Parts: sequence; structure tokens; C-alpha cells
Amino acid sequence: MSADKEPLFSKKNIRLLTGPLGAENPITVQSLGICSALAVTVKVEPAIVMSLSVTIVLAFANVIISLLRKTIPDRIRIIVQLIVIAALVIIVDQILKAYAYDISKQLSVFVGLIITNCILMGRLEAFALGNKPWPSLLDGIGNGLGYGIILVLVSVVREIFGSGTITLPGIGELHVIPHGLYDFGYVNNGLMLLSPMALFVVGIIIWIQRSRNKELIK
Amino acid sequence: MKILENIIRNTKPKFEKGGKYEKWLPVYESFETFFFVPAHTTKQGSHVRDAIDLKRSMMMVIIALLPALLFGMWNVGSLYYMSIGETHSLLETFWFGFLKVLPLIIVSYGVGLGVEFIFVFLRGHEINEGFLVSGMLIPMIVPIDVPLWMLAVATAFAVLIGKEAFGGTGMNIVNPALLARAFLFFAYPAHMSGNKVWIHGISNGNQLVDGFSGETILGQKINGISHAYSGFVDNQLSTFDLLVGNYAGSVGETSVIAIAIGAIILLYTGIASFRIMFSVFAGGFLMASFLNAVAPAGNILMNTPALEHMLIGGFAFGAVFMATDPVTAAQTGKGKWVYGFLIGAFAIIIRCLNPAYPEGMMLAILFMNVFSPLIDHVVIQSNIKKRLRRAKVSQLNK
Repeated sequence: MSADKEPLFSKKNIRLLTGPLGAENPITVQSLGICSALAVTVKVEPAIVMSLSVTIVLAFANVIISLLRKTIPDRIRIIVQLIVIAALVIIVDQILKAYAYDISKQLSVFVGLIITNCILMGRLEAFALGNKPWPSLLDGIGNGLGYGIILVLVSVVREIFGSGTITLPGIGELHVIPHGLYDFGYVNNGLMLLSPMALFVVGIIIWIQRSRNKELIK
Repeated sequence: MKILENIIRNTKPKFEKGGKYEKWLPVYESFETFFFVPAHTTKQGSHVRDAIDLKRSMMMVIIALLPALLFGMWNVGSLYYMSIGETHSLLETFWFGFLKVLPLIIVSYGVGLGVEFIFVFLRGHEINEGFLVSGMLIPMIVPIDVPLWMLAVATAFAVLIGKEAFGGTGMNIVNPALLARAFLFFAYPAHMSGNKVWIHGISNGNQLVDGFSGETILGQKINGISHAYSGFVDNQLSTFDLLVGNYAGSVGETSVIAIAIGAIILLYTGIASFRIMFSVFAGGFLMASFLNAVAPAGNILMNTPALEHMLIGGFAFGAVFMATDPVTAAQTGKGKWVYGFLIGAFAIIIRCLNPAYPEGMMLAILFMNVFSPLIDHVVIQSNIKKRLRRAKVSQLNK
């Protein structure tokens, strides 16, 4: 096998992992998975849990589909991909319900909706069907983390300005904006709690990214 | 004037290429063209048929806004003294309102122009004067007691996201001034609605005269009082009083007479479109009449006479100064009729059928701003189709 000749962390493989964090980011560059970025980013905690779930599902789905890629008939590949994703999502959902019930309630349908998250189908179609398991795993983790970075970034901005706090898993709510500021008449921005503002924040991130990296401008 | 001209002409070389302050050329040019008609002319084929340029048409809008602004200042003072039970002379009343409105204007211009200047340096283009009008409109469509920092945040958001993200003056999709108001409305609802913000001092806990209430007329109607009043419940307003506009509301929106003077100036100078202005009122009037006809008994907003709907809230102000914004409105003749009509109709629908948003004018105009390119597209395509058909028919006849 040719994979034996290539070291596990060759330059090409590392790029699979780091590319999606920047210039090939699934949300800001590939425009995949924006809907859930709007829905679960009101607070930081659910955003982190959501990105971890997506990363895990994506990594496993990528590996499984990559292993099966030669046996899946071309005509029914979408349905096979869906079954794999759905099975993984149900497992993640059950684990969340068992061990993190509160967050699972906050995320409500959006864990289930990972099944329809465009990043998953997009990566399976574009990468896992044509590559070996190891690069597929890296690609899955990379894209999951790229998705997560944007999610956490958006949720930090929204929670600080919308609620004045940051909620981290295991630590709880931290008041970021000092109480003295509220005495001066500072008020939390209610628009930040509405999903349109997430779109604005994602838009601003895209704007900044493109003005720094001219290659992204078509 | 001569002295000013000399100063500007003499300092010009310093700002030109190779001069000491080369970087500041955009700033210099903006001041130069602000005071004097620029000397440079178009060299290639142009379509300009008029001596008026962007700056001068903007100034005309500012002049048209002045009656409503001056009245708004007096109104602020008048309502304040009414709320604490004092009477003062006309001049004192106006002066009080002037001092309260001035900070809003300064913050709006300061922040808006500040953001524009930053982008001028980033992009290296000339300063556009697009913010001259927006900066004046923003203080006129907010409650008098809106905290200044909120106004600053909203203005910065409107200029940054509403305008500069799309490429600056003339490229914006929605009206920046209304975007600033929408931002305030959704971000800080407690400071943009209710009965405490429309008259100076109530939100700071001023001692009020017994029985005084600082709601807008639309707020009164939502709370179940069918007749419009100003301050005290028995201080009922006649149709003429509604025209004059001495009641609670955003700074510049209350006086229909002052707005009408502005409308005449805009229409006479040809800056605003008669089609839009007229059809906004037509659309609002017809929709309100329709709702009157189908309204269940007891629904105060739906039973409000159509004419009264035109006079209260921000309807008149929006129709004259906001809907007619040449950048965000529909461009085609037929399109302008449709665009204006739908604004009026939607404003009344939102007002009557969704009491969560007491003033539908802002949302209606923003909504139609987004749709105006589509309206233009349909109008142009149908025109092309019609002409193509005519061309085919005439060929067949040959």
C-alpha cells in the first residue's frame, strides 16, 4: 500500500487538518453549515458542545465511508452516507442526553439536525469517497474544528455583548462585563440574542478574513 | 466668502501630489467641495444635464428637514415643561429643546463621519457626502431620551454594515438612518418604546404632574384608548392638533405641517420623487380604509380612521424623507408607484395587525428597500418583452 511509504503526519496530511481552520474554513469559505451556526451560538457552552459533536460525527463518518468507499454502489451512496451519519448522530444524542442533559435540552433539535448539516454530506461526497481512511479522519477532524472555531468565535461575541457573560462547560457562567458599567447605564444588546445578529457576525468574520487573504476573493 | 475662498485655494498645493499633506487630500477635497462648486469637469461622454451635484442636492434635503427639526426642538421643550407643570415663553421652550437635541446631532455626525473617514483612508477614495443627510435624519427618528452611547453604537453599526460593507455612498441596499433606528429598536427595546422615553426627564425619574402620561399616540391606542391625547387623558387632540404635532413621539416625526413644508421643498427642487411620496400615502390610505371596513368592533388600531393613520406616528416623516431616498428606492417610473404603494400598505398592516411593533413604517420601508431591485427588474423585463413583441409584429407586417 502506498500509505506505508507516506509518513502519518506528512505535510499534505497536516494541511488536511489545518486548512479548514483558515483558508478552507467550512463556514466562512465553503459556506456550509451556516444554519446551525445561527441557532446554537447564543451562549458559548452549547456552541462548544455542538462543535465537539459535529467534529466527532464527522471524523467517524469520514472514516467509515472511506473504509466502505469501494463497496458502496454509486447509485445509492447518498442513502448509505445518510444511514452512517444518522446512526452516529443518534449515538451522540443519546450520550448527551445521558451525561449532559441540560445542554442537550438547550441544543434541542439541533443535535438531531446534525444529520442535515451540509458540512457532513459535503465532506463525505467531496473527500471520504475518494480518499483513504487516515486522510479522511484528519479531514473530518479538521473540518469539524474549523466549524467549531467559527461557532465559538460567534458565540463569544454574542454572549459577551448580548448577556454580558461567558458560559464555559464545567465552570459555569462568568460575568465578563463589570457591574460598575451597568451602573453607568450600560445595557446588554438584545439584538445579539436574535439569530440575525449571528449572520452579521459571521459576515464580519468573512469580511475580515477576505480582506486579509486576497486569494479568497473570486 | 472671499477670505474662505482664498484660504482654500492657497492651501491646495500642499494637498496635491508631492505636497506636504498628500495623504489628507480626500479630507481637503471634501471641505473644498463642501463650500464651493468643484472646478473639475467630466472629460468623457457624460449624462449630467444639471448644475446640481451630490453635495448640493444633499444640502437641499437638509434644508427641507429644518422645519421638522426646529419644530421638534420646540416640541421637546414644550412637552417637558408640560410634564413638570410649568409654562415658559416660546424662546425658552425652544432653547431647552435645542440643548437636548443638539447632543444627539453631534453624536450622530461625529460617529458617522468618523467611520466614513476611517474608510476613506483604508480605501483611498474621496470622502462622500452621503452621511450629511443620514446624520441629520438619525437624531430626528429617535426618542429624545435615548442614551448617547446607544446612538453612537447604532450609528456606527448603520454606517459600517449598512453602507461601507456594500461599498459606500450610493451602494447601500437599505436606508442607513432607518437601519440605525432598527438596530436601536431591536437591541435596546426598553429605550426605544414604552411611555418613559419620548419626553425628556421621565426615564430619569423626574417628578411628574398628576395624570401625565408620556406615551405616543400609537402607544395609547395599543393600551386601549381610542382618542388621541397629548400628556393628559382629557387633553384630546383634534385633527388640526395632529397636523400641528405638539404630542409625544420621535424628535422630528410629529408635526405634519413642518414635514409638509419639507415635502414641498423636496418636490419643487425635484430631489424627491412625487410618485413615491404620493403612492405611499395612497397605499396607506387604501389599506387603512380596507382594515376599517373589515375591523371587528373593539379593535382600536384597525378602527382608527384612515386619515388619522396618515397623521400619527412616523408615517408622514417616513413617506417624505425615508421612502424617497433615491439610492434605496425603486428607480423605474412604474416601479416607484409599486414601491411606494407597498410601503404604505405594509406600514399600516404591521401597525394594525402586529401590536408588538407599534410603528410599522420603519419595518415597511426597510422591507421594501430590499425588494426595490426586484421591482425594477420586473418592470424592466416586462418592458423589454413588450417591445420585443412589438418589434416582431412590425416585422411580420412588412
